[in-house]
Amino acid sequence: MAMNIYPDLFLTFAKIGVMTFGGGMAMLPMLEREVVENKGWCTEEELMDYFAIGQCTPGIIAVNTATFIGKKMGSALGCRDAAKNTSQNELCGILGGIIATLGMVFPSIVIITVLSAIITQVQDIAWINHAFAGIRICVCILIINAAIKLGKKALVNLPTVIIFIVVFLGAVFTDLSPVIFVILAALAGILLQVKKS
Amino acid sequence: MMTLYLKLFWEFFKTGLFAVGGGMATVPFLQDMGRTTGWFTSAELADMIAVSESTPGPIGVNMATYVGNVIGRQAGGSAVCGVFGGIIATLGLVAPSVIIILIIAGILKKFRDSKYVSAAFYGLRPASVALISAAGFAIILIAFFGVEKISDFRTSGGISFGTSGGVSGGIVPDWRYFALAAVLILLTRFIPATKKLHPIIFILFSAVVGVVFAF
Repeated sequence: MAMNIYPDLFLTFAKIGVMTFGGGMAMLPMLEREVVENKGWCTEEELMDYFAIGQCTPGIIAVNTATFIGKKMGSALGCRDAAKNTSQNELCGILGGIIATLGMVFPSIVIITVLSAIITQVQDIAWINHAFAGIRICVCILIINAAIKLGKKALVNLPTVIIFIVVFLGAVFTDLSPVIFVILAALAGILLQVKKS
Repeated sequence: MMTLYLKLFWEFFKTGLFAVGGGMATVPFLQDMGRTTGWFTSAELADMIAVSESTPGPIGVNMATYVGNVIGRQAGGSAVCGVFGGIIATLGLVAPSVIIILIIAGILKKFRDSKYVSAAFYGLRPASVALISAAGFAIILIAFFGVEKISDFRTSGGISFGTSGGVSGGIVPDWRYFALAAVLILLTRFIPATKKLHPIIFILFSAVVGVVFAF
């Protein structure tokens, strides 16, 4: 009975993965319904906490949340003698986190793999190319919109605007890896904020 | 083939580790990946973004699967290699998330309240917006003008760029692209009735416009 948490974790997160378009915030209502209401795996507040942490850690927010909940449920229900052995508990939690994440990405892997093969077959057809030329214009607008939305929250004062301008110019006019900008910006943030306090 | 898979894993591991701020934050890393490895062009990347936005699942995960699939198939010459490539790239992308969350799950509160973490993110957020904007800028160059880099502008005066993407007018861009862009800006930012619609609607609309007007 107790071992059933793993298939349940996989299937539930696979369901969430297949039913949300876009990830991130778009995933929140679906997570609420499945994880909080249907399964009772965490409370509304815990889910909000996971999301908040997901936003201030690297990586995909949806994956971060899946790992959190998987870990929690794995260490609570994954082992047969859950309460007796804490190190075993820890391992069951890690397994839960990994399985929930694999469930989350499973639908993407299947759908995109199939689509990718189809697109390769049809990419030399003229009207498909016309369609993608139109879509590319749309992608530009979507990226700009995403940047504006994030920018409203991130550009709050002069130092943040300066970081934005420096990184933007650096990224457009040099071939430096974005990794370098990310590391320097994190250091700049620490220097600016910690000096203040 | 083994080295290619390792490289795929490593490139996406880096992306997963350093991309902060959701799906679109992976785009600048993918652009850099295309530039340094030669695996795909900016035009191909734009198409992959569109497909990833229009299918279920987190955008970053979809893009990893897509890129891994295409690279694996090209290098290995068979569909099976593509399947492996997609899986390996995706695992590479999510591995840092899983590791970091498993580590901090125990010290959740301490982590969230740490002044160093919030200070780092104070600097990271505007940088992430800048990287996404720069990636958007590069995709604008390819979508509207058919040039891969800003330096191509200077060196190419008047040369016609006939790419597979259907960009045909050379350095003088097609006014119809700007007309479509203006309509999309209106629909996504200013008209209340359409503003909240899912991106997939706008992608489909643009595809139809592209076909009807033979972009």
